[in-house]
Amino acid sequence: MLHIEDLWVDVHGKEVLKGINIDIGKGETHCLFGKNGSGKTTLLMTIMGFEGYKVKHGKIMFKGEDITYMPLNERAKMGLGLSFQRPPTLRGVKLRDMLNLCSSSPGAGIELAIQYGFEKFLDREVNLGFSGGEIKKSELLQLMAQNPDLTLLDEPESGVDIENLNVIGDMIRTLLEKDRHRNRTKSGLIITHTGFILNYVTADKGHVMLDGRLRCEGNPIDIFEGIQKHGYEECAKCQF
Amino acid sequence: MPVLENRPGKDLDEELIKRFKAGSDIEASQDIGALEEEEIQRLKQTGVDLDAANRLGTFIQTNCNVASCHCDIEGVEMLPVTEALKKYDGLKEYWWRILDPDKDAFTKETQRHLDNGYFIRSKPGEKVVYPLQTCLYIRNDNVAQKVHNIVVAEEGSELHIITGCTTHPHLTSGLHIGVSEFYVKKGAKLVFTMVHNWAEDVYVRPRTAIVVEEGGTFLSNYISLKGVKSVQAFPTCTLKGRNAIARFNSVIVAPEGSDIDTGSRIILDAPETRAEIISRTISYGGRVIARGHLIGKARQIKAHLECQGLMLTEEGIIHAIPELEAHVADVDMSHEAAVGRIAKEEIEYLMARGLDEEEATSTIVRGFLNVKIDGLPKELDEELQKAVEECRKGM
Repeated sequence: MLHIEDLWVDVHGKEVLKGINIDIGKGETHCLFGKNGSGKTTLLMTIMGFEGYKVKHGKIMFKGEDITYMPLNERAKMGLGLSFQRPPTLRGVKLRDMLNLCSSSPGAGIELAIQYGFEKFLDREVNLGFSGGEIKKSELLQLMAQNPDLTLLDEPESGVDIENLNVIGDMIRTLLEKDRHRNRTKSGLIITHTGFILNYVTADKGHVMLDGRLRCEGNPIDIFEGIQKHGYEECAKCQF
Repeated sequence: MPVLENRPGKDLDEELIKRFKAGSDIEASQDIGALEEEEIQRLKQTGVDLDAANRLGTFIQTNCNVASCHCDIEGVEMLPVTEALKKYDGLKEYWWRILDPDKDAFTKETQRHLDNGYFIRSKPGEKVVYPLQTCLYIRNDNVAQKVHNIVVAEEGSELHIITGCTTHPHLTSGLHIGVSEFYVKKGAKLVFTMVHNWAEDVYVRPRTAIVVEEGGTFLSNYISLKGVKSVQAFPTCTLKGRNAIARFNSVIVAPEGSDIDTGSRIILDAPETRAEIISRTISYGGRVIARGHLIGKARQIKAHLECQGLMLTEEGIIHAIPELEAHVADVDMSHEAAVGRIAKEEIEYLMARGLDEEEATSTIVRGFLNVKIDGLPKELDEELQKAVEECRKGM
């Protein structure tokens, strides 16, 4: 599904990613751990294709196609989707309109909003005055409407209260077809700080990013426990 | 950058008035003949729907003549203002009471050479569900239209007026002077929605004052999406009774060659009154001055001002002038103003959902111009969509 080879990326003239290699197969979910500022979000933004993330070297292959320099919206159309950590507010644009714009089939987004008890937000302006949890729900609804093949999630659990974690977890499971045990086609790459999402979503692999490099790869739960016990620095020393 | 006219001084004002002829100088046959289909369509685009079932009354003034004036409900009185002056002994309580005829050349001219205007009064306790519509229509080239309107919402009544001001579809030049005095009495509510749909060489000089008594509410919506030579308007609303509320909402688009100087002033003159001014302006070549002046003169008032400006091109000017003036300590007054181009972040957010850059830009501009006012005809909505497209093309 996704193959990244020796990817070097600059942001505002500063080298942030320093030779990333990663492979995410069809139906696989990977987790990305790492300190603040280590480059996790930069990796997601670069995969999605945001301006300002300058690829200096290396390539990104998606579904066998080189998308390294492909415009953002074309990547979205190919089946890449991203949940923003802090999305902007769109004044005057209702969530209803936004969901319709995202929907791969007409009305899909609205139905989902109703299904997840979010219909009272349909006529609110996108993200205006939304709480942390509401922003996440709104992002995930948009993604579900969009129905991407590779979902990029940037800290989906941050700012979400305990009560809503179940719902968020459930939405992510649906997005990644976690209830399908054979022939799963949806893949995911999830940034997580708290590891909380691992209680809801089984991940196939974990990676630790330190200073723009992926330093280890392995069972996500083992890695997360290692980080909890010894911190990221120790994690960097350990070689699997 | 096109050379834009400076704000005219007193002498220039008088000169401007002299450039246009009076409506009464036009041959009557040209002036009040039946409206043609394209004119009816033009009025619809300005918010005035002659076929609509959901309008309780209609007033149309073509140049200087009242072409239509009827109201279907007993609780509301609608008259040409010249008739109301006769019927009510000069409307002494309301005529030039909150505006000074000597204010400027335009008020003086209207006092001296009044064409007509509308008088609308809702009787005490009358709550009108559907809007009334008024239309000030300049039908012939180079005409100066001078109107004086009086609206009175009596105690406990509710009234919604949609007023469309426009010109004949093939006309380019004219002058519109509109003097308006609005009285919102105790516990009454007046919603006043004004749509401007002018032409490239039209000068517009509304002069408006509003007084709101205890517990009364005045809501104003102003929409101007088309090119116009020059608009200069600064309605002043005085909240003179406890708990009175005023809110001004405006949406203004200034294409190249337009010079729009507009805003509103609210004087919070009684305790616990509330006021809000929200303006959204777009320039793609024209100049907009977005003014807002809140004056807190009494205790425990709450007032907020918001100016948002979107510059779609390198040309054009948006000049936001938000002013807060407190005369006592116990007030809560705030403002926010932001002018700039569309945030790249917002465009990319939409692009990440699969929209191309043009679609993303249109969505944001449409959101920015989003005005949902009950009772406006769908033609006005379509005009709004067209304005969005024009804005995007103008970028």
